[in-house]
Amino acid sequence: MFSYCLRRTLAAVPVMVVVALFVFLLLRLSPGDPAAIIAGDMATPEQLDRIRETLGLNQPIYIQFFHWSGELLRGDFGTSLMSNLPVTQLMAQRLEPTVSLALLSIALSVVVAVPMGVIAAWKHGSLIDNAIMSMSVLGFSVPVFVIGYILIKIFAIDLGWLPVQGFKRISQDGFGPFIQHAILPALMLSTIYIALIARMTRASMLDVLGEDYIRTAHAKGASEKRVLFKHALRNAGVPILEVIGTGFALMITGVVVTESVFNIPGLGRLTVDAILSRDYPVIQGLILVTSGVYVLINLAIDLSYALLDPRIRYQ
Amino acid sequence: MSLSRPEAVAAERSETMPLRRRLRLWPRRRPGWTIILAAICLILIVVVAILAPWLAPHDPLNMSPANRLKPADDTYWLGTDAYGRDLLSRVLYGARVSLTVGIGSALISVVIGLPLGILAGFFRSLDAVIMRVMDGLMAIPSVLLAIAIVSLISANLWTVMAAITIPEIPRIVRLVRSVVLSAREEPYVEAAVALGSSLFTIMWRHLMPNTLAPLIVMSTYICASAILTEAILSFLGAGLGTETPTWGNIMAEGRTYFLIKPSLIFWPGIMLSICILSINLLGDAARDRLDPRLQKRGGAQ
Repeated sequence: MFSYCLRRTLAAVPVMVVVALFVFLLLRLSPGDPAAIIAGDMATPEQLDRIRETLGLNQPIYIQFFHWSGELLRGDFGTSLMSNLPVTQLMAQRLEPTVSLALLSIALSVVVAVPMGVIAAWKHGSLIDNAIMSMSVLGFSVPVFVIGYILIKIFAIDLGWLPVQGFKRISQDGFGPFIQHAILPALMLSTIYIALIARMTRASMLDVLGEDYIRTAHAKGASEKRVLFKHALRNAGVPILEVIGTGFALMITGVVVTESVFNIPGLGRLTVDAILSRDYPVIQGLILVTSGVYVLINLAIDLSYALLDPRIRYQ
Repeated sequence: MSLSRPEAVAAERSETMPLRRRLRLWPRRRPGWTIILAAICLILIVVVAILAPWLAPHDPLNMSPANRLKPADDTYWLGTDAYGRDLLSRVLYGARVSLTVGIGSALISVVIGLPLGILAGFFRSLDAVIMRVMDGLMAIPSVLLAIAIVSLISANLWTVMAAITIPEIPRIVRLVRSVVLSAREEPYVEAAVALGSSLFTIMWRHLMPNTLAPLIVMSTYICASAILTEAILSFLGAGLGTETPTWGNIMAEGRTYFLIKPSLIFWPGIMLSICILSINLLGDAARDRLDPRLQKRGGAQ
């Protein structure tokens, strides 16, 4: 068990090194002077020199990389060109809206998608199954922003139940206003996740429902509900957990788009602002952090997988 | 990982999955008429993209400030945008960019990913290096990676296509590698080795054909995902210049006027959704027909 965890954890290190190397080389290998790209079109020669010096652009490229990654490890992601604030500080300010929205969306997706998948598997081949699976294909094909605007049109403009845009923080405004402002963005963000989890739940449940212990459970007179949710879902749960991890990349894209549709001051909005102002250090920091979180989430899931399923440890 | 459909996620992960689950993840029954409908829609979109200059009633770039945000009427069938440009013409022209990017990205990622995948599957020493690089690339969310590339290099059709394609390459490499890994143990490969075939012949004549069917399926998903990514990039302002009529750009401009004229977002949105849905449905159909791994196992059950 310990050796598996150690091996799996160590395997995450080269991935992060490659990510860092890629982000590093992206700026260095792009055509033109990196200092000029970072400083933008309005920079004076003195500013360019200062940037070259801080980046160490006069040194050999491998020394630059070690220097740069050393700073990353110390938590220094550089300084924003627009606001002159440290990138880490900018990201910390924007963390709460994004994390609360993402957690709400994941909770919503699991609550909606798992029962959908269970029902589809239970009644598989039926009309309900086909309807649920068709909806999942649809959820994957309609772009998130289109879904967002449809939701806004129906619930915020035509019915007037919810605000069109904006955001309230739990820490400042309390839970009620937060939910009121977050429910539409969360719905928008979870569509693709619901499609993914429902499909995975169905597949995983169908797999388990054919097992002997399910027949045994039926035979001993357990109720249908108990068989489905107690016996089957519990064993089908591991792949579902995994899909939540692999779907994290979808979540990132979704967050960027959702926050810009609903004007939410989170990390996604920071990304869009950074693109529009070509604030490269911020973009770079966001890529490193999201990739890092992605790697960590998948590591955590693999480890919990091993904890839940002894077969994996001995592979 | 990128904006992939569950099938693609599953295909990447399926090497470790039990057989039965792999089959059940992909329900094979889908009524034939949806596929026919999807094919018709896609053909229509392709025709629209090719014939856009003849079909479009107006010049998509022609601004006319007197006709700003006009509702639909006889001259402007879908109305006009904030600069007085004809919405219908812009939506028709938008199909060109989307399809070019979609098909281009699918082709380029196969051209680059196929040789890398074969090499990784065949040579153990290269495998470690190539796959570590691919793992790293996959850990970067595709839209962020594309944004970073576009923000460094000025955006034109080629750079946008490159930015969208690079994050998709690992999916091809992983798929090809997994096919080659299992195919190279087959007796006919041993026979080819025993007969003294050159390495190139073995890889190209004996191993590569195995990858074609899954590649066709995967490239439809990549095509759909590239179209979506392009729209997202344009929508966020990181894509082609705002004057270019792309579906994402039309929607991005429509955001400001959403309360007054929601059709600026809905028409391109509907076209985008239909386009992606059709490609995905055709990809599913192709998978059911073409993927020999699935067919063989399906027959064995």
